[in-house]
Amino acid sequence: MSNVAGIYGSNGAMPASGSEAGPAPKEIVVAYGFWIFLLSDIVMFSAIFATYAVLANATAGGPTGAQLFNQKSVAIETVCLLLSSYTCGLMSLAINAGNRIGTFLGAAATFVLGAAFLALEIREFGGLVARGATPERSAFLSAFFTLVGCHGLHVTIGLLWLAVMMAQVATKGFLESVQRRLFCFSLFWHALDIIWVGLFSVVYLMGVG
Amino acid sequence: MNLFGKLTLSAIPLDQPIPMVASALMVLVVLLVLALITLKGYWPYLWREWLTSVDHKRIGVMYCVLALVMLLRGFTDAIMMRSQQAVGVGASQGYLPPEHFDQIFSAHGTIMIFFMAMPFMIGLMNFAVPLQLGIRDVAFPTLNSVSLWLTASGVLLTNVSLVVGEFAKTGWVAYPPLSELQFSPGVGVDYYLWALQISGVGTLMTGINFVTTILKMRAPGMSYMRMPVFCWTVLATNLLIVAAFPVLTATFAMLLLDRYLGFHFFTVGGQGNPMMYVNLFWVWGHPEVYILVLPAFGVYSEVISTFSDKPLFGYRSMVAATMAICILSFLVWLHHFFTMGAGADVNGFFGVMTMIIAVPTGVKIFNWMFTMYGGRVRFTVPILWSLGFMVTFVIGGMTGVLMAVPPADFQLHNSLFLIAHFHNVIIGGTVFGAMAGYNYWFPKAFGFTLDERWGKAAFWCWLVGFYVAFMPLYVLGLMGMTRRMQHYGDVSWQPWLVVAAAGTAIIFFGIICQIVQLVVSIRTRDQRRDTTGDPWNGRTLEWSTPSPPPVWNFAVMPRVTGKDAFWEHKLRMPDRPTGRDEPVYYEPIEIPKNSPTGFITAFFAVITGFALIWHIWWMAGAGVMGALVTILIFAWREEPETEIPAADVERVDRSRRAEFAR
Repeated sequence: MSNVAGIYGSNGAMPASGSEAGPAPKEIVVAYGFWIFLLSDIVMFSAIFATYAVLANATAGGPTGAQLFNQKSVAIETVCLLLSSYTCGLMSLAINAGNRIGTFLGAAATFVLGAAFLALEIREFGGLVARGATPERSAFLSAFFTLVGCHGLHVTIGLLWLAVMMAQVATKGFLESVQRRLFCFSLFWHALDIIWVGLFSVVYLMGVG
Repeated sequence: MNLFGKLTLSAIPLDQPIPMVASALMVLVVLLVLALITLKGYWPYLWREWLTSVDHKRIGVMYCVLALVMLLRGFTDAIMMRSQQAVGVGASQGYLPPEHFDQIFSAHGTIMIFFMAMPFMIGLMNFAVPLQLGIRDVAFPTLNSVSLWLTASGVLLTNVSLVVGEFAKTGWVAYPPLSELQFSPGVGVDYYLWALQISGVGTLMTGINFVTTILKMRAPGMSYMRMPVFCWTVLATNLLIVAAFPVLTATFAMLLLDRYLGFHFFTVGGQGNPMMYVNLFWVWGHPEVYILVLPAFGVYSEVISTFSDKPLFGYRSMVAATMAICILSFLVWLHHFFTMGAGADVNGFFGVMTMIIAVPTGVKIFNWMFTMYGGRVRFTVPILWSLGFMVTFVIGGMTGVLMAVPPADFQLHNSLFLIAHFHNVIIGGTVFGAMAGYNYWFPKAFGFTLDERWGKAAFWCWLVGFYVAFMPLYVLGLMGMTRRMQHYGDVSWQPWLVVAAAGTAIIFFGIICQIVQLVVSIRTRDQRRDTTGDPWNGRTLEWSTPSPPPVWNFAVMPRVTGKDAFWEHKLRMPDRPTGRDEPVYYEPIEIPKNSPTGFITAFFAVITGFALIWHIWWMAGAGVMGALVTILIFAWREEPETEIPAADVERVDRSRRAEFAR
């Protein structure tokens, strides 16, 4: 048998670059796939944002955003979430350095700040419900609770995910798979920040303006 | 508190003979199949080789089987509707009461779109894309299995509604306020919503999987402009899935909140906005029609080029047209409801955008014609379907452009003209493409070809049946008959509806021919073995592997130097007609391990969905917990891959080569 260069004769080895380079390594494939998921998640949020924008004035004679929103509480929430993104970044640095203690500390700080954000949000929701501003009251409140609640649900899932990942670091150490997942988690967490910035602007800033 | 929520024995419609007989038959068939599997002792084999398989080829085959079964279910609905409308005129009420007829047309649309057309296309892409790209599997094999089984969960829930409770009576679009609790208090809409939410998650993950696979996992040397056109159309489809399905998920979530927690998104009270739903639904819905038809365009491109023995004419313009359609599909959604009254400017914009989509589509049609021009066309079954498509789709496209003119649409909106139009493009486009792809790739999947004579008979029955069934609907639409009528008074409509029913019967013979084709082909498989791996003198990499391909697809990773990689290769090595050059050396291959994650997750998804439909809250909680625990266990497993030693690969590959040599 001759070894004329055919599709198999060279065992896939060839000097190639750019789009001819062949399959990407796993960490790139995983991160890429997760980016695509995040984009799809942002598309989902955009549908809810659009709905909120349409229904923002549909108060059905009920309370408006200006009457309901407590800027101070929301400001503290925002600070918590933005800070948690910073500590999440510190955690990523510790992971890259293979620093287990640093990773746990970064994760703990991120978790506490995320939980504080969530607690404040739940308190805000509770307050609204107590004043009769429930989602059943008007289309505006339905959209408000759904948009903010959907973000809150994402934060909750993020917290659970972070806890699971810390258990994995504790039991499995910095395996490649664990590192990949932690990388995806940090992408997720930062994406929630970006969505919150949009949410803060559209719901809370424009809502009282 | 009630342990079983809203579920009581009265949920089973014992008083209605037609659904009871139908569901009894269905249950009987399912039980027979299960009994047969048990008697023959196939369970371990099924579990090991299929249910837990993460192999893209197996998953592709299972998607196609699911789609074919659902084609039978959806077609049964079609027969019932056509026969009811053929007799339900004047004094006669026909044999289907309105509330049953309403469920039938809702189920027909839902099943045909979500559980027939889409799974068929996803099945074909699962099977063919990794082979065409020259790789061993998709980017996320276990996720792929989860996608399949979540789709199957949606299928199961939809079919359970036949026996337990009812299905939606709202049409497959479930517009509020009709689909709100106030006007649809039963569980029908809930079946619809939860089945589609669950299968929608599966579809979204398919989208993520294939975008990543195509953009990040091609064989060395396969640049974007060397990808087979089918891969390009699949890329476009999956980009659409990623961008469109989250909108559907959000929209259905809002309707669910309205129905379950008293929100006011789309209600008539509380200043809700029902038109918001219609807008959001079609922001997903219009891209969805391109999700359905683009992979079919890819199949036609492969088939026409292969059987004309010519490279595809205008490859670059084909790619450009595909991506143009991909983007334009997001700019036309409002043409589904010109009559909403958005105003002349808005309607005008969307009308013009709709007409513009005809341009890239026209480019494609011309490319296919020029590909055949001057070629030596072999008239096999796949190319017959492709030719049938080209004629039929052009007619459907033209009636589409006609309705893109808003004033014309005001006359034709919701009439049978519309029904004729979209069946014209979905059957003529997607279904014909699915059948072409099925006949084209079947020998690759199973190692023997399908019978040509029965295949051709099936094609002609389908083609003739289609025209006889749907051309009368155009006429009826112009005569003023609206869609979804269980009964009508105008006797002048009846002859046309009888003709349409006759067309359905002809299509029925087509389906019979397809079943016979499959049976005959299996029984004569020893005479129709494909020992070369290349039964059609193919052009792309899937034909360079044996039929069926080994689990690792390629013994060594192929190296691509141009478009139509396998064809070029055959030209370069004319002394070996099967074009197999010997690898220099073999390497061990890592392949993903089988995993029951998908199957078990889907099991819990069905439990959760069923519980939510019937308000059995404890069971819903248990289902969610079960799914979470399954995913956690999956996250903890140590080695997702298993390694096949180089010696094993070499042994299998060399024995196959020896077989080719004979």
